[in-house]
Amino acid sequence: MTTQSIASPMHTVSARVTIGRIIVYGFAAIVGLCLLFAPFLFPDVRAQEVAARICVFIVLVASYDLLIGYTGIVSFAHTMFFGLGAYGTAIALKTMGRGFDAIVVGGSLGVAAAFILAVLIGLLSLRVKEIFFAMVTLAAASVMLVLASQLSNFTGGEDGITYEIPRFFSPANRLEDANGDQIRLFGVPVTGRLYLYYFVFLSSLALFYLLVRIVRSPLGTVLQAIRENEMRAEAIGYRVVAYRTSVFCIAAVVAALAGVLRAVWLRYTGPDVTLSFDIMIDVLLMVVIGGMGTMVGAIVGVVIMTLAQFYLKDLMGAGAQATADLPLIPDLLNPDRWLLWLGVLFILLVYFFPSGIAGTLLGKGGRK
Amino acid sequence: MNDVTCAFQPGELTVIVGPNGAGKTTWFNLVSGQLKPTEGRIFKGETEITRLSASARAKAGIGRAFQLTNLFPKLTVLENVRLAVQAKAGQGPSALRNAASLTDLADKAARYIEQTRLSSVVHLPASALPHGDQRKLEVAMLAAMEPDIFMFDEPTAGMSVDEAPVILELIADLKKDRSKTILLVEHKMDVVRALADRIVVLHNGELVADGKPAEVMALPIVREIYLGVGGEEMT
Repeated sequence: MTTQSIASPMHTVSARVTIGRIIVYGFAAIVGLCLLFAPFLFPDVRAQEVAARICVFIVLVASYDLLIGYTGIVSFAHTMFFGLGAYGTAIALKTMGRGFDAIVVGGSLGVAAAFILAVLIGLLSLRVKEIFFAMVTLAAASVMLVLASQLSNFTGGEDGITYEIPRFFSPANRLEDANGDQIRLFGVPVTGRLYLYYFVFLSSLALFYLLVRIVRSPLGTVLQAIRENEMRAEAIGYRVVAYRTSVFCIAAVVAALAGVLRAVWLRYTGPDVTLSFDIMIDVLLMVVIGGMGTMVGAIVGVVIMTLAQFYLKDLMGAGAQATADLPLIPDLLNPDRWLLWLGVLFILLVYFFPSGIAGTLLGKGGRK
Repeated sequence: MNDVTCAFQPGELTVIVGPNGAGKTTWFNLVSGQLKPTEGRIFKGETEITRLSASARAKAGIGRAFQLTNLFPKLTVLENVRLAVQAKAGQGPSALRNAASLTDLADKAARYIEQTRLSSVVHLPASALPHGDQRKLEVAMLAAMEPDIFMFDEPTAGMSVDEAPVILELIADLKKDRSKTILLVEHKMDVVRALADRIVVLHNGELVADGKPAEVMALPIVREIYLGVGGEEMT
């Protein structure tokens, strides 16, 4: 009797975590399959944009999770690095023309700039207390935003830059058979657009895999040790400043690479799609909703938020129409109020999943 | 600390005693690098280490365990100990190998976990352990660093009578290796008598006695300090 009364709660917790793992990793697998076959499952242009955005943001959010979730570093400069990668690629494509060489040169310069800036910010300020470091990153990100806006000859200012991408990725690059007919795969025409999607998807997959490898490596354990107890990590022989600077640089480089992918996909780079604080807040919310320090939480957070941002308005419109005869409800579901409902959704998610959805379901703290 | 000069030799276990507030933990913090001295110098062998960071001193072979349990609470017992083994092996920066596949590190960690009788809780997070097991884990981490100089700060504090011998046996085992220097802050006089080769007494940040256990315990000043503050522990 006694044994049972002691063992039962532990058994319940472990069963709950097992079910949680199945749900979280099952969801991630379904998302992975949907993204893998997205051009065939959701062939319309808007759905393609959603799928590509999800791919790139999973990398961006996962690299931010490496910082905030695994190492405990709060930074507001993550979109700055994302923007550096995107602007590097955009400026090169604009000035050098629509070649792969422009993507390689511009992307490399953007990534190198992100790396150098991360080293400087890291070495100069990772010794200070967390809140001061967060302020330094906020200041750096603000400066970059002002620079992008002011150096309009280079960056296109507030309007941003539009440019052409390599012909290989153009919708006009059609794969044709011997008779000159368009080849279709599962009914979808094989064009440069399809190649571009898989370029984004596979690059994102490789970067996400790299991040997962890092958190599962000895370095990943050291990062978690630093987050848990910086002083003890130092006492057993880990030079905390060096590790914090290194991880800040790794996250910056990955964010910049995600920026390169975003720039190539969008054929437009401007402050509103890369550098703005709205994007930074989106990234923060995605990490928090998904679950910090889980990696897989990036997938959950990005998918939920992106789908809500793109489709909540449509869903509410349909809801308002369906309930047109009822009092009050159609007004509440008016698509113009979608931001209000998005806010309500966030509050409910944070309330019911205090460690984020993946964090809570995987039993990583939070719920008692 | 005020004008304390002391040298410790390999093969010697020195117990540092003194009433609360005497400066024992501060002294440890100065030696292991958690605090920087305002003046004075610290040497390990012939090498001056005064300006080295705590991590550099750990790499140089100075390991310590803490008086207040100081672990990585969300990491498992295995991960806590493996971190110490990994630091010694220089595997910390390894970014692309799977930590779980580094069996040599895990095996070594498992040995120290076994020594401290923690094998049954190896996959539990450190925060889920009872106090006694957390103290054992603290010691297992220090042992796993395999330092030349072991610094134990009240390793059995708060442990039950059943649990303390595990730690004391481990320290006694370490003492057999004549290349190791062991410093131990301890209040329990039975432990001091059983293990000490030498006793150093601190009081108000000053060194008031230093010598063989029997000599030090017989000194009037030591008895006076202890009778004033905790005389019952001297008996």
